[in-house]
Amino acid sequence: MATLEQSAQGSDPAETEGGARRRDFLNVAAVSFAGVGVVAVALPLITQMGPPADVLALASTEVDISKIAAGQAIKTVWRKQPVFIRNLTPTEIQEANKVPLSELRDPQTLAERTKPGKQNWLITLGVCTHLGCVPLGTGEGENRGPFGGYFCPCHGSAYDTAARIRQGPAPKNLMVPDYEFVSDTTVRIG
Amino acid sequence: MSFAWAKPYEPKAPLMRWLDERLPLPRLVYGAVGGGYPVPRNLNYWWNFGVLAGLFLMIQIVTGIVLAMWYYASADGAFNSVEHIMRDVNSGWAIRYIHMNGASFFFIVTYIHIFRGLYYGSYKAPRELVWMLGLVIYLLMMATAFMGYVLPWGQMSYWGAQVITGFFSAFPLVGEPIRVWLLGGYAPDQAALTRFFSLHYLLPFVIAAVVILHIWALHIPGSSNPTGVDVKDEKDTLPFHPFYTAKDGWAAAAFLTVFAAVVYFAPNYMGHPDNYIPANPLATPAHIVPEWYFWPFYAILRAFTVDFILPAKLWGVLAMFGSILLLFFLPWLDKSPVRSGSYRPVFKRFFWLLVADVAILGFCGGAPATPLYVGISQLAAAYYFAHFLIILPLVSALERPLPLPDSISSSVLHGEKKEAAPAGISPRRGATAIAE
Repeated sequence: MATLEQSAQGSDPAETEGGARRRDFLNVAAVSFAGVGVVAVALPLITQMGPPADVLALASTEVDISKIAAGQAIKTVWRKQPVFIRNLTPTEIQEANKVPLSELRDPQTLAERTKPGKQNWLITLGVCTHLGCVPLGTGEGENRGPFGGYFCPCHGSAYDTAARIRQGPAPKNLMVPDYEFVSDTTVRIG
Repeated sequence: MSFAWAKPYEPKAPLMRWLDERLPLPRLVYGAVGGGYPVPRNLNYWWNFGVLAGLFLMIQIVTGIVLAMWYYASADGAFNSVEHIMRDVNSGWAIRYIHMNGASFFFIVTYIHIFRGLYYGSYKAPRELVWMLGLVIYLLMMATAFMGYVLPWGQMSYWGAQVITGFFSAFPLVGEPIRVWLLGGYAPDQAALTRFFSLHYLLPFVIAAVVILHIWALHIPGSSNPTGVDVKDEKDTLPFHPFYTAKDGWAAAAFLTVFAAVVYFAPNYMGHPDNYIPANPLATPAHIVPEWYFWPFYAILRAFTVDFILPAKLWGVLAMFGSILLLFFLPWLDKSPVRSGSYRPVFKRFFWLLVADVAILGFCGGAPATPLYVGISQLAAAYYFAHFLIILPLVSALERPLPLPDSISSSVLHGEKKEAAPAGISPRRGATAIAE
């Protein structure tokens, strides 16, 4: 066995191969292996912070919409977040379709935000895209803002009748979650 | 550590000698905060606030440990457990009000401590690391305070957590996954509450550890002083004990009197009534504001309203973090060799402008986001960045400082002839500056 002094001086030709000493190889191998170990230990510690299985299991929810009359809206919960379901009146649909797309911050038509043949059912997250407050406008008599849709009291973002952002600091329209009509009176969100 | 004339630790009792040879802990304490640490003799009252900050850290840890014996971090029970502490637990109301207001007072003394450092140039060589470690403590304090405010699970707690974790969603692509990862769900819930409690309990001890590094780094060059002139010999210093232990003790008693007055007579003055409403994920309070010590940063966050290359929301978040990260570069932005603002006539004016600017930002951050207050915040935020990035480098290059005293002792003894002269007889003129 070579002693530390010998190998440090590189005096033993058997220790050198292409300029790298055996000890260098051992160092690199040991440190790399320790690095792999650290990553292996860190991964579960990091991933445990993500949403657990029970939270993910709430990923879809069914809602009965038979009781929502035209012009009314309800607030329901999906993935612990509020969801707005609104039955638009014909006037509201007209208003939404009248707006030229060039005027919109996040251009989308009402048709793109609803299901074909069910254009009166506007289903969006009730989470303002600015900093996550719940906008007003679902309840009877609540402030629906200057565009007749939803109004966020936190920083004054105003949404129109298609829940598109029209005024204020929010960058995007209220998000439309994935959903489908299970029957004429039931939707499954998620 | 520190100076050659620092008194060495000499244990007299046999037990202390026995201990010193085996575990020299008393020697460490003696050298750190005892007779073995020489301190400039001219420190004014602004130098008491470091010790006061340490005192409030202790108050928070002690009251916090006791509160954790009664609090439970459950989304269903957290609010009620806090009310239980307030109504049923023996002295619970006092302990919680002390903890709640202790956080505010911790920030008050820390802000005074930071502005003292800014005025007297305490961030300059050789104390750059003292300053930077202090900023690390400040960042940890903000994280701890934010998470602590979430724990009662009232309306402001809940929506504060929603808005603050919402900052991360401003970053493109990675933002939303990071937010969900931080919360352990899609909205604040049990997972977020439990982890905030865990970290809120952990971070104060991390702060205590960084405080030890902060003091260690400070004790290498020794404390700065109001003249900013380096210590030259023993005449310039006094041992920490008994001189500064006495002065710090006096300041602590005075400040705790103010603290007690607030705890007993206006305990909710700095809080928000909305936080006495249990958290409701389906209704946002009309006016969400963070605690007062975050207001200046909240104003900077809201000052960005126009998309310019990046979305306005991302600019706001970047500027808010940038306003603190900027301070890490302060030792290299202000290149003036003169430390103390007392000898820098131009710097001094801009210092007070900065104080006013931060106060204005704070006021706007606490006000509703009307166009007027947002407009004022925009001006004040621009001035904040201009102060550090434009004004300070220019001032330090162009300013002509006043002549510095030869030494701390000559500055202290300045005017002593006049004070020592018999009444009615004025001392010789012109012989004031240099003391014997």
